[in-house]
Amino acid sequence: MDIRAQISMVFHLDKCIGCHTCSVACKNIWTDRKGAEYQWWNNVETKPGTGYPGRWEDQEIYKGGWQRDTNGGIQLKGAGKKKGLINIFHNPNFPTVEDYYEPFTYDYLNLVEAPAGDDQPTARPVSLITGEPIDVKMGPNWDDDLGGTPDYARNDPNLEKLSPAEREAMFQLERMAFFYLPRICNHCLNPGCVASCPSGAIYKRGEDGIVLINQKVCRAWRMCVTACPYKKAYYNWYTGKSEKCILCYPRLEAGLAPACMHSCVGRIRYIGVLLYDAERIQAAASAADADLVARHLDMLVDPFDEEVIAAAQKNGVPDSTIKAAQDSPTYRFVKEWRLALPLHPEFRTLPMLFYVPPLLPVVASVREVADEQKKKSLNEISKVWPDNWLYDTSTEELWGTVEQVRFPLQYLASLFSAGDTGAVAARLKKLMAVRIFRRFKTVGDVSEEIMTKVLADTGLTQETAEAIFRLTALAKFNERFVIPPAHREQALEMLEFTGDARGSTGFGFRERPARGL
Amino acid sequence: MSLPHLFLFVGLPYAAILLFLVGTVQRYRNTGFKVSSLSSQFLEGRALFWGAVPFHFGILVVLLGHLIAFLLPGGTLLWNSSPVRLIVLEVTAFTFGLSTFVGLVALLVRRFTNPRVKMVTTRMDVALELLLLAQVVLGLWIALGYRWGSSWFAADLSPYLMSLFTFDPNITAVSAMPLVIQLHIIGAWLLIAIFPQTRLVHMLVAPLHYLARPYQRVIWNWDRAAIRNPETPWSEMRPKNN
Repeated sequence: MDIRAQISMVFHLDKCIGCHTCSVACKNIWTDRKGAEYQWWNNVETKPGTGYPGRWEDQEIYKGGWQRDTNGGIQLKGAGKKKGLINIFHNPNFPTVEDYYEPFTYDYLNLVEAPAGDDQPTARPVSLITGEPIDVKMGPNWDDDLGGTPDYARNDPNLEKLSPAEREAMFQLERMAFFYLPRICNHCLNPGCVASCPSGAIYKRGEDGIVLINQKVCRAWRMCVTACPYKKAYYNWYTGKSEKCILCYPRLEAGLAPACMHSCVGRIRYIGVLLYDAERIQAAASAADADLVARHLDMLVDPFDEEVIAAAQKNGVPDSTIKAAQDSPTYRFVKEWRLALPLHPEFRTLPMLFYVPPLLPVVASVREVADEQKKKSLNEISKVWPDNWLYDTSTEELWGTVEQVRFPLQYLASLFSAGDTGAVAARLKKLMAVRIFRRFKTVGDVSEEIMTKVLADTGLTQETAEAIFRLTALAKFNERFVIPPAHREQALEMLEFTGDARGSTGFGFRERPARGL
Repeated sequence: MSLPHLFLFVGLPYAAILLFLVGTVQRYRNTGFKVSSLSSQFLEGRALFWGAVPFHFGILVVLLGHLIAFLLPGGTLLWNSSPVRLIVLEVTAFTFGLSTFVGLVALLVRRFTNPRVKMVTTRMDVALELLLLAQVVLGLWIALGYRWGSSWFAADLSPYLMSLFTFDPNITAVSAMPLVIQLHIIGAWLLIAIFPQTRLVHMLVAPLHYLARPYQRVIWNWDRAAIRNPETPWSEMRPKNN
């Protein structure tokens, strides 16, 4: 066993309201610079939709991630030693500015400086690259809330596995549904960007698993942009360096949550330590499609297991990190409760950002009933409206609705489980069970018999269901973000003798990041 | 052997090599962040293919040819002793030279016509590309007009270059060369002189070490297992990070 620690994330998609506060927080801190205007290290996409850059999930276009070769091993799809060096002068799979969008601002000054005239002055959009007026044709959230559906939502690559009838059903006006998919760098365990970097500028930090690009070593060979199947490595066209999400490591090291997570309005984000067995990475990354999720979860180990703790200590994982792993909300969601799934596990990078699948099926119906009957079916504390409509949640078919979710299961499975609908259905059922359990406790219109059956069906106990409810709905800041101390005091001692640092003028990056000659 | 010749074929080379060495070290140490290939593929992808690919593969072969003829003049002459082999070598070299020329012209056109690429074009980029273009045109002219370059380069110019590196400059042969060839030589020294101040520095950081390293890369800020081991002295475990 080679036990290491990884800072991992869980996004609870049923709680995301698509407000883009995370994106704006990130943009303000990290990418509000020349050359990085178009970069959204954190972005929120509407699903179904084509996303950013357009159709990023379609690896027939972008050639990102790994693929299995005939020997059962894995190879980078569009980069690697051979392909990367041959294509180094021109990377045929490199997304250009048109695939994202041309960054723009508005000529606001014209509003106050335009000479007096008959017309209202306007603020024309101006390209942030050339400074010339442009016609805006694309933006980072062009298809927000299903805007421009025929061109965007219907081109979602995840629809390809659905039958035409299922696809049509999704887009019937009265059945239309969508959810939001916030995305940041997954800080993968088998990162394509690291493997593809010819300079060796990209690395994974051993202590917390954050994947970073050393800006001084990056030489703009641009293979990471291709190799990352999530398109979360970006090329800065001005400095000639690639950049990516750094998981706000300066904040993490100071014990603060990353800006996107800290600012999350819907409180959908959780961050915590996962302990994993590095010896199982290869097996997990090269597993058959059907086993991908299972192998991925196998790799994550139990932080309460004595053997695991001993192995972690032997590897030098600090006790404080092991403690954080035991308190980790992500361990609960991902492994203990098995509620969360990785995004597109078939890319085989072993992402360490997990999603609780969204769009719980509708479990209630609105029926017209006699007033007396309505009162009978509700307990005393329920609010009763003086009309004959009943919002009825007492469904006979407990799990029938899971198969009839607002999206075909196949669609969610294409996103979160490499096509395994069972994995998605199991998680949706658990979420529903918790909901029925809470309804039993607070509203009381669900019989104890049904509640017990529901929990038994999904393998939950009342305590677990209560814990899931707590962490989902009530968790406070410190429960959602369990960040281990970074132990910088030790790092500093190892990096330099304190005597060396005395009286010196500081350390680190002292050169202004500007474009070379 | 006149004073201008002494200046151009002895003074200039030594100055160029000095500028190259000092400039490269200075650039890498003081402004290492700016050492990048500065790809503009993000801003424009299609025309780049028709420029960058023929240019790079062309210049790599041409440069390698010059290097071989310089380092192994005997071998080159031996190869050229058979007319068939000589023709094969010359035709190959000329083809790649032509490819360099076509690529470079395509790159120049792209640089001047694409509004986005224009935004990331510096004056040094233009100067460098024009100098390179002059060099390539002169090279092709020499290949056509002064046959057979590979042989007389090995016979006459390799000894000149070698004499520079052994600090015993002998410019008799080079002084007698036709003007076109002399210009090509001067252009080469100029390129070497400005090399560290241009985007050419990306040649020096060509990622050949990629072939030798394992795919994944994990850096530990410090060795936590070792820090707990009382038998390991700290001073031997300084991390290599950054």
